[in-house]
Amino acid sequence: MSKIVRTVANQLMLFVLVFGLYVIMHGHVTPGGGFQGGAVIASGVVMLIVAFGSGQIKKSLRERRLSLVESSGALLFILVAFAGIGTVFFYNFLVGSRIFGGIPPTGSNPGDVWTGGVIPLMNLGVGLKVIAGLSAAVLALALFSSGEEME
Amino acid sequence: MIETLIRNFPLVAAVVLMGIGLYILIFKRNLIKIVMGITILSSSVNLFLVTLGYRTGGIAPIYTDAPEGLMVLPVVQALTLTNIVIAVATSALILSLVIRIYRHTGSLDSKKSRRMKG
Amino acid sequence: MRQFFAWLCLIVLMVFLVIGGFKMIHPFGEPPSAMDQYIIDNSQKEAGSNNVVAAVVFDYRGFDTLGEATVLFAAVTGVLLVLRAGAKKEEA
Repeated sequence: MSKIVRTVANQLMLFVLVFGLYVIMHGHVTPGGGFQGGAVIASGVVMLIVAFGSGQIKKSLRERRLSLVESSGALLFILVAFAGIGTVFFYNFLVGSRIFGGIPPTGSNPGDVWTGGVIPLMNLGVGLKVIAGLSAAVLALALFSSGEEME
Repeated sequence: MIETLIRNFPLVAAVVLMGIGLYILIFKRNLIKIVMGITILSSSVNLFLVTLGYRTGGIAPIYTDAPEGLMVLPVVQALTLTNIVIAVATSALILSLVIRIYRHTGSLDSKKSRRMKG
Repeated sequence: MRQFFAWLCLIVLMVFLVIGGFKMIHPFGEPPSAMDQYIIDNSQKEAGSNNVVAAVVFDYRGFDTLGEATVLFAAVTGVLLVLRAGAKKEEA
């Protein structure tokens, strides 16, 4: 692609990353969450693949690093689910405690991020999983069409 | 009769989309068109799910700076979220299989790749 | 002959869907909502979040989200497995 497209894609990727992380971490206050924010960042990676070509992106996103990120996201989700096993599986044990514990007043209110219990941690785990999974799938499809393979 | 159709307009749209998706699945032979038919069928089911939980004059089920009014049902929206993610994953797998079939047999016709040879 | 049967099945299915969509489900705009009304009223005290849909997806129905994460993982593994170029055969 031409030099204008490559420069603009480079500069825009920063804003896409910030917006995607905002949607992931404010999942319990505004509409959004893990799946939606992960899809935003994965579409930013698709923009980079279109602008720079899949051979150059393959040098930065190797398969082993993407697999590590996806597995750590899934592991965070399951560990947080098992941590409340004293009462029941998936128990929200952080409501009213010192990490992310805070109860919003009943009815319409301006939102507070330091609420939500165990939900922001689960949002982070699912967000990491979706980013790594969708980027790996699109990169594999783009590389196969041009003859190489994902190492 | 026309008044019933206009009052329940989202249900009519979901049924029409499902009809189009089923017609593509039964009668078309190009592999890419079949994948598009599966996607249209998934979209019609998502629209039907969200329509089931609508309350007349309702607002979005979020308490941050919410206006006055009743809230629409939230459980149905959670089911639709799960369905959308599963449809994306299934569509990626089907497209990768279509790419392999095209490399192996050289054509996108579904009648040419019927027999399972080596 | 096969075309005739295919058209017959499609028309029967569409007639069933159109009649079922207007007579067999609740009227549009007044859904039965005992469970959802409990979730809307008590989501801020029990789950502590302003977003009721996020509380339903991750707290009241977290097991479905675990199944969905498993399906996503299996599909990405399948895509990376199908699209490999394969090992080259060694000359004997």
